[in-house]
Amino acid sequence: MAIVGHTLLALLEGGPRHGYDLKRAYDERFGHDRPLHYGQVYSTLSRLLKNGLVEVDGLEAGGGPERKRYAITDAGITDVAAWLDTPEKPEPYLQNTLYTKVVLALMTGRSAADVLDAQRSEHLRMMRELTRRKAGGDLADQLICDHALFHLEADLRWLELTAARLDQLAAEIDPGKPS
Amino acid sequence: MTATLTDHATDSRREETPALLEAVDLHKAFGPTPALNGASIRVRAGEVLAVMGPSGSGKSTLLHCLAGILVPDSGQVRYNDRDISSLSEAGRSALRRSDFGFVFQFGQLVPELTCLENVALPLRLTGVRRRAAEHSAREWLERLEVADVAGMRPGETSGGQGQRVAVARALVAGPRVVFADEPTGALDSLNGERVMELLLAAAQDTGAAIVLVTHEPRVAAYSDREVVVRDGRTRDSELGA
Repeated sequence: MAIVGHTLLALLEGGPRHGYDLKRAYDERFGHDRPLHYGQVYSTLSRLLKNGLVEVDGLEAGGGPERKRYAITDAGITDVAAWLDTPEKPEPYLQNTLYTKVVLALMTGRSAADVLDAQRSEHLRMMRELTRRKAGGDLADQLICDHALFHLEADLRWLELTAARLDQLAAEIDPGKPS
Repeated sequence: MTATLTDHATDSRREETPALLEAVDLHKAFGPTPALNGASIRVRAGEVLAVMGPSGSGKSTLLHCLAGILVPDSGQVRYNDRDISSLSEAGRSALRRSDFGFVFQFGQLVPELTCLENVALPLRLTGVRRRAAEHSAREWLERLEVADVAGMRPGETSGGQGQRVAVARALVAGPRVVFADEPTGALDSLNGERVMELLLAAAQDTGAAIVLVTHEPRVAAYSDREVVVRDGRTRDSELGA
């Protein structure tokens, strides 16, 4: 299940809510740059309903679908627990693209060091922005920015290591070239 | 879009500001081993400049040449339009005391002195009387949130406290340039972050420039711009090299 489904489900553990309240709670805590669309909230809730992870807890008078109140089921609680207990698969992020660019630069006789320098500069620009945002933010902002900063830092460490191995890589790509 | 406009505004302001400290085509070798091989760098008043690069690339040698601790074999280091590479050792030493501050990774505090005496030391060396020097030192320790270690020797403090004392000592005499060589290298993330925040806030208030040598990208992210050193050469986008 997508992260939104699990997040809405986990938010319902605090007590039954209307779709509108759920969206507001999600946006306030997790929506920072990407608030949920109402359509996404209701389509997710109907999927959770179909899978028996939530149930309709009540209907308000004169209510259409948007007036339904949803509650998490026991199966839903088990699902949230299982999701929280399962580590996320580490993602390779940008490395594949950057590796391809570096290799292609070497293969076509362009400067792979320039590719790496430009990427370092761009990474640092983003890291400065996050560092500034962190300085002016609350604890939630700080934690979210830190997560992004650590990932960007990992990319940068890879860039530095690759920069130090460019001669070796160039020799492997073109065995005729001295290392 | 806003960020781009801000960057452009910052860039044009930077172009208008003359260099406070500048190194041109520095070469320096230790025996047969070249450490700097044509390094150039420009630091403006109040700017935070990160010097990055792998271990052994020449970052620290460059910093030592900029600060007048080492004399380059060839090339020039100019501070306030004055060639400091041609000054005598005594002249460079006086300049370091009056205009420069230093924060290193380890061991810069005098172990026999209390933290308060350590911070007061740069002022005492320029002739400030003990009472006045210790008064300023105490204010700086308070500002760096380590007033409680004033009476302790450096060996009795934690790593984070020791680095804050070192930052206080670097700034107490009102330097125009602070040289920081891996200032958070021995600290955990949270302590490192706090030291950087305090160092930057203090430098910003006093208008000091910071030359920040680091191989940690998260530390470099506190800078206004970066220069990369590799094999003794610099890549400074601003100088087109």
